[in-house]
Amino acid sequence: MSDDLARDLGLFRVLEDDGSARKDRPAVPTAILLRGYREMRRLRLIDAKMILLQRQGRVGFYGACTGQEAVPIATGLVLGEHDWVFPALREQSVMLVRGFSLVQFVAQVYGNAGDVQKGRQMPSHHSGRTVNQVSWSSCIGPQVPQAVGAAWAMKLRKDPNRPVSIGFLGDGATSQPDFHSAMTFAGLYKVPAVIVCQNNHWSISVPTHKQTASKTIAVKGRAYGVPSVRVDGNDLLAMYTVLSEATQRARDGHGPTFVEALTYRIGAHSTSDDPTRYRSEDEVEAWRKKDPLDRLRKHLVHLGLVDDASDAALEAELTDAINAAVKKVEELPLPDRDTLFDDVYAELPWNLREQREELRASPKAPAHGA
Amino acid sequence: MAQMNLVAAINDALRLAMKADDRVVVMGEDVGKVGGVFRVTQGLYDEFGEDRVIDTPLSEGGILGTAIGMALYGLLPVPEIQFADFIFPGYDQIVSELAKLRYRSGGEYPAKMVIRTPVGGGIRGGLYHSQSPESLFIHVAGLKVVCPSNPYDAKGLLLASLRDPDPVLFFEPKRIYRAARGEVPEGDYTVPLSKAKVVREAQGSKAVTVVAWGAMLYEAIAAAEEAEKQGVSCEIVDLRTLWPLDIDTVVESVKKTGRVVVVHEAPRTCGLGGEIVALVNEKAFLHLEAPPCRVTGFDTPFPYTLEMDYLPLAHRILPAVVATANY
Repeated sequence: MSDDLARDLGLFRVLEDDGSARKDRPAVPTAILLRGYREMRRLRLIDAKMILLQRQGRVGFYGACTGQEAVPIATGLVLGEHDWVFPALREQSVMLVRGFSLVQFVAQVYGNAGDVQKGRQMPSHHSGRTVNQVSWSSCIGPQVPQAVGAAWAMKLRKDPNRPVSIGFLGDGATSQPDFHSAMTFAGLYKVPAVIVCQNNHWSISVPTHKQTASKTIAVKGRAYGVPSVRVDGNDLLAMYTVLSEATQRARDGHGPTFVEALTYRIGAHSTSDDPTRYRSEDEVEAWRKKDPLDRLRKHLVHLGLVDDASDAALEAELTDAINAAVKKVEELPLPDRDTLFDDVYAELPWNLREQREELRASPKAPAHGA
Repeated sequence: MAQMNLVAAINDALRLAMKADDRVVVMGEDVGKVGGVFRVTQGLYDEFGEDRVIDTPLSEGGILGTAIGMALYGLLPVPEIQFADFIFPGYDQIVSELAKLRYRSGGEYPAKMVIRTPVGGGIRGGLYHSQSPESLFIHVAGLKVVCPSNPYDAKGLLLASLRDPDPVLFFEPKRIYRAARGEVPEGDYTVPLSKAKVVREAQGSKAVTVVAWGAMLYEAIAAAEEAEKQGVSCEIVDLRTLWPLDIDTVVESVKKTGRVVVVHEAPRTCGLGGEIVALVNEKAFLHLEAPPCRVTGFDTPFPYTLEMDYLPLAHRILPAVVATANY
């Protein structure tokens, strides 16, 4: 990638508009392409299903990443088992690519007894110790210095597995002090971290150009001494290539990389949002034409790896698996109400023991909306 | 046993912990080469090196945010916030993250650390070097809050805080950093968290329980000595752990004396004193001979020139104790 002189101002791409891959880029293995395609398809179907369930009143909330699937999926494909992930709102699915079960994933959205978090968080705030994924904070940004801190610990401990820590944020979060401190510490201590900003052009209703006067998000990395690159976030091959390079740099002891992934939030911010109030359908339509799944499919068709028949079979298989997971989760009970007090501390202090007794003695709470 | 002041006792505890456990990392502004602005970490940089005693950038949010990441990964960070007044740029990391991590992950991701920070006034520090923000942390579920009053407790409580599975805010009363001296055993020992200490027992029928901690403990003792001359006996409870507090010791004492005065430097409204009074009312109402009383800082910003008028020193505690005894 030596041809990109100002990688933080340019746009790194691999996929051409005609579905071919640029010849001057490292080839992405076919197995990765097919796995990526499958995971992106699955994620799109999961998001659609979860939004449907929310509309039906079966789950409370959901934040989809439709149109941005290439970023989390490429991340999941690049990372190894010892690496750590600190996602923001639209990267929950990295854990699925890394082996977290779909049933447990869906159970978090329901917040019931199948949820490893025991129903403690809103949907789309997943975490899972089995896949080294920590939950993000709705407060926007705190996970980024935490990702840097984990990377710092990896370096201080001289972890023989040479893990990396990857932290995510959106374009709006680059206005937060936590972004500044994360980049300051990452650059200074040369930690094995990759910080990825999904610039999806919108922080709920505020467009990126009202968020910062900076020419790009990536160029902000220069001042912190963190090599930075701006990537086509709707190009799975580009994301895979850049993240492979960034994680390898980190593993080799060369320090952090900051990645701006240029993408677009096709859907609403969340199920609580109505984007028609602040942006034009023309803008959305223009980005639909750059859909990351369509672009990858075009490439795979170009390579003769995918056709209508294989797509239909894949879609049927994935849909069945998602429906089966939802069915299984819906059969699970809610968490016992005693668990409200667990995990505040390692052991219940006297005040929580008293309050637990108070709850035990109180009548059953009314249901939402009752 | 060696005579130590509070600074030396805390330094001793940190050194012992770092020797015993290579996961312990001290980090903060000026904690390395210079040994901290109060010299609490003096000598640790030379002994343990720059990877374990880290002079960080001037960024409380960055210190606490990265410390959380370290803790999640398995280190045991001991971040120092140079003054408790400076903690607020990192407040979100403590309140929204550190305090909630165990809970929000269903117990999968506890983040253990001990945040050390000097608190309190009386050092001509003005409003940014004097505050006592304990109640702002006690109000947040998931944190433990400790404040020692003497070198023996400081060392034992800090070692206990490091071994406790939950995140601890360790508030060091800076006014008595060097003034509080006492015997401190060599080597390892702990003072258990959530155990208050009765440092002076009441005698006779005209008795008052005084609950205090940190630097104000000595003001309570001074007031108690004067009160004694007026025929009022004080039972003084050094809270030591502010949360979860040792409610049994407080209530037991109030049941014995029938009266309680709570002393703290922080502003009165929504201060810990209010919570203690509410708990006493709930748990010992029928034993009370007088309304519970608070002697505290005022509901103002911490003043500079008039700080000795602001602080709940012995001259303000004494009339409150006598009035409560004679109610």
